[in-house]
Amino acid sequence: MKEKFLMKGNEVIAEAAIRAGCRFYFGYPITPQTEVAHYMAKKMPKINGTFVQAESEIAAINMVYGAASAGARAMTSSSSPGISLKQEGISYLSGSELPAVVVNIVRAGPGLGGILPAQCDYFQSVKGGGHGDYNLVVLAPSGVQELYELTVEAFNIADRYRVVVMIMGDGILGQMMEAVEFREVENIETVSKDWAVTGTHMKREHNIITSIYINPEVLEKHNLKLQAKYKLISEKEKRVETYNCENADIIVTAYGTVARIVKNVIKDAKKEGINVGLIRPITLWPFPDEAYKKHSDHVSAFLTVEMSAGQMVEDVRLSVNGKKPVYFLGRMGGMIPTQQEILDKIKTIVKGN
Amino acid sequence: MSTVIKKPHALMDISMHYCPGCTHGIIHRLIAEVLDELDVEGTTVGISSVGCTYNNYEYFNCDMVQSAHGRAPAVATGVKRVNPDNVVFTYQGDGDLAAIGTAEIIHAAARGEKTTTIFVNNAIYGMTGGQMAPTTLVGQITTTSPYGRNPEVNGHPIDVCNLISTLEGAVFVERVSMHDIKNINNAKKAIKKAFMIQIAKKGFSIVEVLSSCPTNWGLEPQDSMNWIKDNMVPKYPVGNFKGKDLEV
Repeated sequence: MKEKFLMKGNEVIAEAAIRAGCRFYFGYPITPQTEVAHYMAKKMPKINGTFVQAESEIAAINMVYGAASAGARAMTSSSSPGISLKQEGISYLSGSELPAVVVNIVRAGPGLGGILPAQCDYFQSVKGGGHGDYNLVVLAPSGVQELYELTVEAFNIADRYRVVVMIMGDGILGQMMEAVEFREVENIETVSKDWAVTGTHMKREHNIITSIYINPEVLEKHNLKLQAKYKLISEKEKRVETYNCENADIIVTAYGTVARIVKNVIKDAKKEGINVGLIRPITLWPFPDEAYKKHSDHVSAFLTVEMSAGQMVEDVRLSVNGKKPVYFLGRMGGMIPTQQEILDKIKTIVKGN
Repeated sequence: MSTVIKKPHALMDISMHYCPGCTHGIIHRLIAEVLDELDVEGTTVGISSVGCTYNNYEYFNCDMVQSAHGRAPAVATGVKRVNPDNVVFTYQGDGDLAAIGTAEIIHAAARGEKTTTIFVNNAIYGMTGGQMAPTTLVGQITTTSPYGRNPEVNGHPIDVCNLISTLEGAVFVERVSMHDIKNINNAKKAIKKAFMIQIAKKGFSIVEVLSSCPTNWGLEPQDSMNWIKDNMVPKYPVGNFKGKDLEV
């Protein structure tokens, strides 16, 4: 059996990035993700890597922009208020088609909010937090092992499509310790980055990294190219876990830590004679809408549970497309939905139908 | 017949979009001459910023990155950290560097990033239509200080070279001007030295270039040169602030 380590989610993100070949990390302290920076500060100098503690979240994302321009695998991490500051840079990275990985260990908002876990940045991440027509690939792990796998995969996806990939975990995921096995990263995908700025060495024409196109016809063409890329990503990269959905009376949608709570609720509900399924989106964008097409006919209703006022539920409604009622249960401010309240909600829905 | 003057190789052979009497073109040429003379065009990465020079990536033959408003020093940091043997420079205006990008320039200098910043100070926002800049002189009329810059309301201009000089990581700081031939020649020397300092990995280097904006100043090109000499130089004295005696 392979060796397992007991590690915090945040540390695993850092270790996964390093194993994925990331040697450039730029960060700024903010709870509850700061352990990523601690780990990088310790590790990077020993492996000839670079850790820079930036003067701000804005500077950190722009250092990522520079490092990605030079062709390197680069990452930054933060938590909600810091991610708001990074939105300018994320839009520029997207416009300039630079691959990068951004980690958001989400805390409760709005404003300075609190430091406890939340999922209230779904809209910001999935619907575009910065200006312009662009999408991030948003990955939502629900455990520390998956945090490892998806962080590695984030770098592959970023390079493959020249996009920003966001790893979105709630504060619990960043802070909790679980056993993790660092499966060998067999295929660090290496793509040719002949577009990178590494100096012409007087052997080629100069490379330009830019997101500005003053001519509207050219800018529209650039946008159409981006949209074609997002369409391709939508076709190829949707990930979802479905659990006990085949004969379910009601299907719950939840991601991240909440999905784990729901799995326990499924056991509780079975005891009460209610067959509950779970759709757990692993990619929040692209949203795994096909899973709903498959199950909309045989269930009586859908329920979405989030640590927010109801954000992902909009995508669930779009996916269900009116075929069945979609209910919502949410907690905010760092409060975590309990098994009991989810079960109670399910029972109310079943009674009502 | 011998060649007396020619276009530097590091400069593209295309026409620039700058207004008549603007000195960006001269500054571009000086940088390109320096890249030629130091034979570093092939290893250089330039960072364009936001303002009139947003697209000067089209004018330099070296690799170029366009960056967000004020963020060029952070972008330069990323590029340089990946490939420390590249020569990396930022080209920034006064709004870009001394207003929205104040944090980035101060901290890049404080970290002693081995990069070079060419800071073009024409005391006004050019691209957006002549608004007050951090370097706008007291009493100077702009579209957002229509009654003249009033220190009571708008505060005082920022002396960037003085400010940066206080940082240990900044090893070469010099202010030059574009208002006559002698000063242009001095500017070339300063820019060259700044790049040499970077190549020798000594630390952060910056050259502030006093420049013109005839369009937004509402002056003829020659009057603009006189305006630099008569109004800007007294407030922003030219000369070396730091690193004059550094051997490279």
